[in-house]
Amino acid sequence: MKKIKIYLGFLVILASVLLIACSDDFVNVDPINENSEDFFNSEEDYQEALVGAYDLLQATYLNVMVGEIASDNTVSGGESATDTPGIQQIDNMTHTPVNQQLRDIWGWMFAGVNRANYILEFQDKTEFSGKDQVIAQARFLRAYYYFELVKWFGDVPLAVDQRLLFGDQFNVDRTPKAEVYAQIEEDLLFAAETLPATQAEQGRITSGAARALLGKAYLYQDKFAEAATAFDLVIAGPYTLVTDYSTIFEQAGENNSESIFEVQYTDKEGAGFGCLQCSEGNVAVGFNGIRNYSGPVFDSGFSFNMPVQEVYDAYEVGDTRRDVALLDIEAFAAVNGASYSTGYKHTGYYNRKYIARKGDANLGDANLTNPNNYRSIRLADVLLMAAEANNRKTSPDDAKARTYLNRVRQRAFGDTNHDISASGSALTDFIYAERRLELVGEGHRFFDLVRTGRAAQNIEGFQTNKNELFPIPDIEIQLAGNRWEQNQGYTN
Amino acid sequence: MKSILSLIVFGLLVTTLFSQTGNQVRVTGTVTDMTGLPLPGVNVIVKGTSSGTTTDFDGLFSLDAAQQQTLVFSYLGFQSQEILISKATNLNIQLLEDASTLDEVVVVGYGTQTKKEITGAVSVVSSETIENQNPVRIEQALQGRVAGVNISSNSGSPGSASTISIRGISTNGDNRPLILVDGAVIEDLSVINPNDIESINVLKDATAGIYGVRAANGVILITTKGGRKNTDLRVDIDSYVGLQETTRKLPVLNATEYGAIINEAYVAGNQTPPYPNLGSLGQGTNWQDEVFRQALLSDVNATVYGGGKKSAYSVGAGYLDQDGIVGGGAVNFNRFTGRGSYDLDILDNLKFSSTAIYTHSNRKTLSENALGSVLFNAVNMAPTFNVRDANGDFTIANGLGNEVINPIAQIANTFNTNEVDKITGTVGLSYNFWDHFTAESRYQFNYSEVRGRSFLPEGLNFGDGKVFNNLGVNQYFVNDSFFRDYTFDNFLTYKNTFADDHNVTVLLGMSAFKTSGEFYNFTGRDVPGSTFGEASLDGAGEVIDSRDISGPNEFDQRLLSYFTRVQYNYKQRYLLSAVVRRDGSSNFGPENKFGYFPSASIGWVVSDEPFYGNSDFLNFFKMRASYGILGNDRIGAFGYISTLNAEGTYVFDNELVNGVAAGQLSNPEIKWERQKTFDVGFDSRLFNNKIDITADYFKRRTDDLLLIPQVSGILGVYAPGAGAPIVNAGSVENSGFEFAISYNENISEDASFNLSYNFTALKNEVIAVGNESGFIPGGSFGFGQEAPARMEAGFPIGYFYGLQTDGIFQSQAEVDAHATQADATLGDLRYVDQNNDGIIDGDDRVNIGDPIPDVTMGLNLGFNYKNFDFTAYAFASIGNDIVRSYDRNQNLTNKTNYVLDRWTGPGSTNSYPRVTIGPNSNLLFSDFYVEDGSYLRLQNVQIGYSFGNDVLDQLGIRKLRFYLAVTNAFTLSEYKGYDPSASSGSPIGGGIDQGFYPVPRTYTAGMNFKF
Repeated sequence: MKKIKIYLGFLVILASVLLIACSDDFVNVDPINENSEDFFNSEEDYQEALVGAYDLLQATYLNVMVGEIASDNTVSGGESATDTPGIQQIDNMTHTPVNQQLRDIWGWMFAGVNRANYILEFQDKTEFSGKDQVIAQARFLRAYYYFELVKWFGDVPLAVDQRLLFGDQFNVDRTPKAEVYAQIEEDLLFAAETLPATQAEQGRITSGAARALLGKAYLYQDKFAEAATAFDLVIAGPYTLVTDYSTIFEQAGENNSESIFEVQYTDKEGAGFGCLQCSEGNVAVGFNGIRNYSGPVFDSGFSFNMPVQEVYDAYEVGDTRRDVALLDIEAFAAVNGASYSTGYKHTGYYNRKYIARKGDANLGDANLTNPNNYRSIRLADVLLMAAEANNRKTSPDDAKARTYLNRVRQRAFGDTNHDISASGSALTDFIYAERRLELVGEGHRFFDLVRTGRAAQNIEGFQTNKNELFPIPDIEIQLAGNRWEQNQGYTN
Repeated sequence: MKSILSLIVFGLLVTTLFSQTGNQVRVTGTVTDMTGLPLPGVNVIVKGTSSGTTTDFDGLFSLDAAQQQTLVFSYLGFQSQEILISKATNLNIQLLEDASTLDEVVVVGYGTQTKKEITGAVSVVSSETIENQNPVRIEQALQGRVAGVNISSNSGSPGSASTISIRGISTNGDNRPLILVDGAVIEDLSVINPNDIESINVLKDATAGIYGVRAANGVILITTKGGRKNTDLRVDIDSYVGLQETTRKLPVLNATEYGAIINEAYVAGNQTPPYPNLGSLGQGTNWQDEVFRQALLSDVNATVYGGGKKSAYSVGAGYLDQDGIVGGGAVNFNRFTGRGSYDLDILDNLKFSSTAIYTHSNRKTLSENALGSVLFNAVNMAPTFNVRDANGDFTIANGLGNEVINPIAQIANTFNTNEVDKITGTVGLSYNFWDHFTAESRYQFNYSEVRGRSFLPEGLNFGDGKVFNNLGVNQYFVNDSFFRDYTFDNFLTYKNTFADDHNVTVLLGMSAFKTSGEFYNFTGRDVPGSTFGEASLDGAGEVIDSRDISGPNEFDQRLLSYFTRVQYNYKQRYLLSAVVRRDGSSNFGPENKFGYFPSASIGWVVSDEPFYGNSDFLNFFKMRASYGILGNDRIGAFGYISTLNAEGTYVFDNELVNGVAAGQLSNPEIKWERQKTFDVGFDSRLFNNKIDITADYFKRRTDDLLLIPQVSGILGVYAPGAGAPIVNAGSVENSGFEFAISYNENISEDASFNLSYNFTALKNEVIAVGNESGFIPGGSFGFGQEAPARMEAGFPIGYFYGLQTDGIFQSQAEVDAHATQADATLGDLRYVDQNNDGIIDGDDRVNIGDPIPDVTMGLNLGFNYKNFDFTAYAFASIGNDIVRSYDRNQNLTNKTNYVLDRWTGPGSTNSYPRVTIGPNSNLLFSDFYVEDGSYLRLQNVQIGYSFGNDVLDQLGIRKLRFYLAVTNAFTLSEYKGYDPSASSGSPIGGGIDQGFYPVPRTYTAGMNFKF
C-alpha cells in the first residue's frame, strides 16, 4: 500500500513538473487582424490600402468651412459665442496656437499623408500589372494633403515614401515650404502622366485632376508660366462648363462635366461628434445648415459659416450666381412658409451651395451625414486660375486671360454683354473679383487673398506678417519634442 | 527557472521521506459544544498534515493517527483544541465557543490561513452582512463596508454597474480589482446573485501578489455557498418585494417663473421678451413629475443543500425583477440565476469539487447622464409645453436647442434590450499524499453571449433639427458579443511542522489564463416590421456589417504564470510569507512578455509573547507589514504591433467602398506596469475580545504606467479608427490610512448588539505624466468647450481644470478695473487673472476641485432583542467635488430655481450671475459649476422578526423571519443635483453630472424561510 502511495505521489509530482514546464509559447498569440508590417502581398492589398488613403479627403470638409470663415465672405455663426471657440476666434482673426480646429486640420491632413506613404513605403513589395495606377493615385493624395498643409501652416515636416512612426516625431524637422512644394510638383507630374483622363469609377483621380492641382500649386508659388501651361492642358481636356450654374451644387449636379476633382460624400454612413473625420458624409453641410429650420427644400443645421451682406451686395445686377450661392433666409421663409431660429452672428444669409437639402437619408447623426460632394476643383475655378496665370506671367497673354474670364462671366449672366475688355492690372482686379463671386462658399477666398497680398485690406483684424499662415498648434509643437519654431507673429 | 523548480520539488520530497511516522492507532470520539449538543462538521486534523476527517451529524468521528501525533479539532466560531495521541482511544471533546474569530479560515489565494496567521491587509464580508442589505448587486454590499474599498454607482438605473476601486485610482486606464468567483475571473458582477455568496474577501496589499497579474488593483475573492457534509437536505427560501422612488427632484422653475426669467434674459440681450402675458402661464408642466415613477423591485431565491458522509451538494435558483424610477417599465432589469455545487471525497485523500452558475439577464435602458438624456431633458424642457398636444400627439419641443426634446416622447420611442446568457463553472481535484503534500488542479471557465438590440422607428421626429430625429427609414441595430475564458491552475502544497513550533507551508504552482471573444455589429435599414418586436435583419433594405469596414473584431489575450510562496511561522507568533511570481502576458511584445514580481509580508503576534502575559484589556495584538512589486498588463491586445483594424472607407460611384487602414499606433517597447505597494498595520482585540480594531497605513506607487498619451498628429493618429499608442509613461501615488473598529456585546441572554465603523483617508497624486504636453485631458462640460478634467503631475488624477471666480461685477468701475474679460459687464461672473497678464483666458485656469473623496467612512449598527433584530447602516464620503453640467443654457431652456437668486442690480448678490441671452462669459468652465459633493447616506435600515424555535421545531422549520427595510433612506448633502454619489467612474472626467440617474430609495418587505 505504501509503495503504491509513493508511486502515486511521484506521478503527481511528475505531472506537476510537466505542467510547470508548459511552454512559454502559450503567450505568443497572432493577431486576428492583419499586421500592418506583413501586408501588400497582392494587388487587392494595395487597392484596399489606397481606399484608406482616399478616406481622409472627406476630412477636408473642415479646411473648406474654416477657410471660408477666415475670409471676408462669411462669419462664424453657430449657437453662441462659445460654440466651437476655435472657429469663433478664426473668424475674428484672434486665433492663437491653442485651437482645436487647427489641430484637427493638422492631424487629419497628416493622417492622409501617412496613409498615402504607407502604400508608397511598400511600393516595391509585390508586382502586378497596373501598379503604377495605384502609385499615381497615392502620390496625388499625398500631394493633395501636403498642399493643404503648406497652405495652412507653411513649413511642415515632409515624409517621402515612409510613414512617420512612433518615435519619429522627435527627429523630424519642419521642411521649408519650397521643398514641400517641390515634392508636391513631382508627385503631381507623375500622377498627371500616369493616370488616365477619365476613370471608370466616379471619384477616382484623373490626370486632369493632377494637372489642375499642379497648376494651382504653381500659382500659389507665383510660378505663373508653369501654371498657365498646366491649366491650358486641363482646359483643353474633356471638361465643359455646365450651362446652368444653379444645377452645379445640387445632388444631380455631382460629378458633372465641369467637375475636375470632387471629394465624394454619401448619406449612407455617419459618425458621431467624437470622430467627425469618420463620417462618410459632408460634416460641413450640417454645420452650415439653417438653425432649427422647418420648411421645404432644406434641412436643419447649426448655422455656421454665414455669408455677410457685403458679399451679397458685391454681385452685379443680372448675375445669376448670387441667389444660387447665397440664401436670403428671411425672404425664402416668407415665401415658403418656412421657420427657423437665429443663432450667433446671424446675417440673414446662408451658404446655399453647401447647406443641408431635404430628402437625404442622413443615416447616423443627421447633421453629420449629408451627401453633398465637395467640388474641389471645377472648370470655372481652373479657367479663372488660368486667366490669372496668363495675365500675371512674365510675358502676359491678356487675350487668353480675357477669354477664360469671359467664359465664366458669360455663363453667369447668360450673355456676352458683361464681358470684360480690360487688360493688365485692371484685368487682374477683374479676375480677382470674379474669383470671389464664382467661388464664394467654396473655401478658396482666404488663401486667394493671402497669396495675392490682399488679405489685410479685406479681412477685418488680419495682421500682416502674421495671419498669412495659421499657427501650428502649441500642443503639436510640444508633442514633437518642443523643437519647432512657431509661425511668425504667434507666441507660444 | 525550470531547474530551480525541480530542485525545490526534490527538496520537498527528501524532507518528507525522512520524516518519522509512528505506529498507527485508531481514534474515535464525539465532539459537542458547551451545552452538550453534538457538533456536526467539526474538522479533525492530524497536526502538521492535511489528513483528517470531519464529524458526522451526531458529532462522531473516527480516524487513524500515529502515536505521539496531535489531533486538532477546529470549528468555526469555536476555539480549537489539540489532543496528543498516545494510544487507541475514544475521546469526548467539548469545544469552547470562541468570541474571537482568530481561527476563522480565510482564503488568501491558492490556500487558506487562519485570521491569526494572516500577514496581509485582508477584509472579510460575510454572507450575513450581505443578507442584511438585500443588495441587487454585490458592489452595494461592499459600499462603505470595507475600509479602503470605494464604490461609486455609475447610475441608479436597474442593472447598472458600479465602479470599484481599492486603495485609490492608480491609472487613467483600467482600475478594476481582480474579481474571482470560486476562482473564476468575473468582469461583470451583475451576473452574480448576491444571495449565492458565502463570503467576500478583499486582499488589499502586496499579499495579493500571489495573484500577480492584475492583482495590482487589489483582489476580491468571492466564495459561493456550497453544501455541507453530513447534513440532511435543507431548504432556504428568501424573498422580498420593494417599491422604489426617486430621492430627489430638482427645483426647476414653473411656467410663470420661467416666463419672467426668460423675459428678463431677453431684455438683457436687447431682444423682445417672448412672454408678454405672464399671467396666462400658470404652473405649466413639471417634466420631472412626468418622467419619475414609483417602480417595483422583487426578488426570490431558493437553495437546497445537504450532504452525505463523503459528499456535499447545493442547488439554487433566483429571480430578480427591477423596473426603473425613470420611465417605469421602459427601464427594466431582470435576472435569473441557477447555481449548483457538488463536492465529493473520491478517496480519503482525493477530493473533487465543482460549481456551476448560469445567469440569464435582460436589461432595457434609457439615455442617461449625457447631453440630451431623459433627465437632462426633463430639467431643461420648458414648462410652457404640454406633454401632448390637442391631437394627443407628443408635443414637439421646438426652439430649445438641438438636443433638448420632449422626454416623454423620448421614453416612448426608446427601444432596446441587452440580453446576457452566461455560464461560469469550476472543477477541481485535490490529492493529498505523503501526509504533507497536496496537489491541486482547478479549471475555471466563463462563457457568455451578449445580445444587444435596438430600434429606431421610421420618421421619428422630435422637432426641427433635433439630433435624435430619424426622419428616414427605420433602423435596427444588432450587436452580438461572445466571450469565453478559462483559468487553469495547478499547484502543489507542502505543509509541515518541525520541532512542534516551526510551521512551514510551501506552495509551487502555475496558472494559465486565456480570454477570447468576438464582436458582431450589424445595422439593418428599412427592416420589415414597424415595431421593435417585429424588427429583423432578414429582409432589410440594407445591412451593414462592421467587419466590412474595419475587419473582424476579435480578441485573444493570455497569461501564463509560475509562482511560489513560502509561509513560515514560529508558534503562530512570528509570521512570514514570501511570494515570487513569473508572469507572462500576450499583451507585450517578444522582448517584454515576462516579468518577475516578488512580495513579502511579516507579522508579529505581540500578545502571544511570554512577556506580554494575559491582559483583559488587550487580548490580542498583531503587527504586520508587507511590501511587494505587482505587475499590471491591463491594456488592449497587440499594442506592440500595428494591425489593420481601422476604418478606411471612401465613396466611389456613390457607393461605400471599404479599404483597410492601420489602427492604433504600435509601440514595440511596451512592458509591464509596476506597482510598489507598502502596507503596515495592526489587528487587535480588546476588552475580552469585544472590540476589534484594525488599522493600516499604505502607500502604493505605480510606475511605468501603461497609458495612452496624446502623441504628435504627424504620426497619423487622428485618422478614422487610428489612435495613439500605449506607452509606459507616468507615475501615480496613492497613500492613505484605514481604520476599522467593531464592538460586540451580549447584554443579556435576550439582547445583543454590534457596532462597527470604518474610515479611509486617501491622498491621490499624479507624480508624472510622461508625455510632452504634461497632461491627459478628459470629460466634457457644456457645449464645445475644452475637456474640463486632467491627469497632470502634482495634482489628483482627474482634477478639474477651470477658471476661478471671484464674485460678480457689481459696478462698471469694477469691470473697468478688472483684467480684460470678454463680454463682461455688470452682473457677470468675475474670473481671477491668475497669471496677471491683464487678460482672462485659458491660461488663467487652475485646479478647482477633484472627484476623489478625501475621506470615506461607514457605520453599521445591529441590535437583537428576543425575536427582533434591527440593523442600520450609513456611509459618508467627504471631499469629493461634482461638476454641475445638466443645464443646457439655451435661450429658452428651463433652469433650476437657484436662478431666482440671480444678480439683479448692484449689491443684490455676489454668487449667482445675471440672466441674459446676450454674449457673456458666464458659461465658461469655472468653480461656479463645481460643487462640494460630500454626503452622508443612511443606506439601509432594517427591522426583522424571527419566530421562536419552540414553535418552529415542531414543524421542522429552522428559521422563519420577516423584515421591513428602507434602502437609501436619506442623504445629507449640499449638492444641488440629483445624487452626490454620481460618477461615470472614469478616472478622468468622472464626477461630471449631466443628468445622473439617481440611486433610488427602496422600501422593502421580505422573508427568510429555512427548513
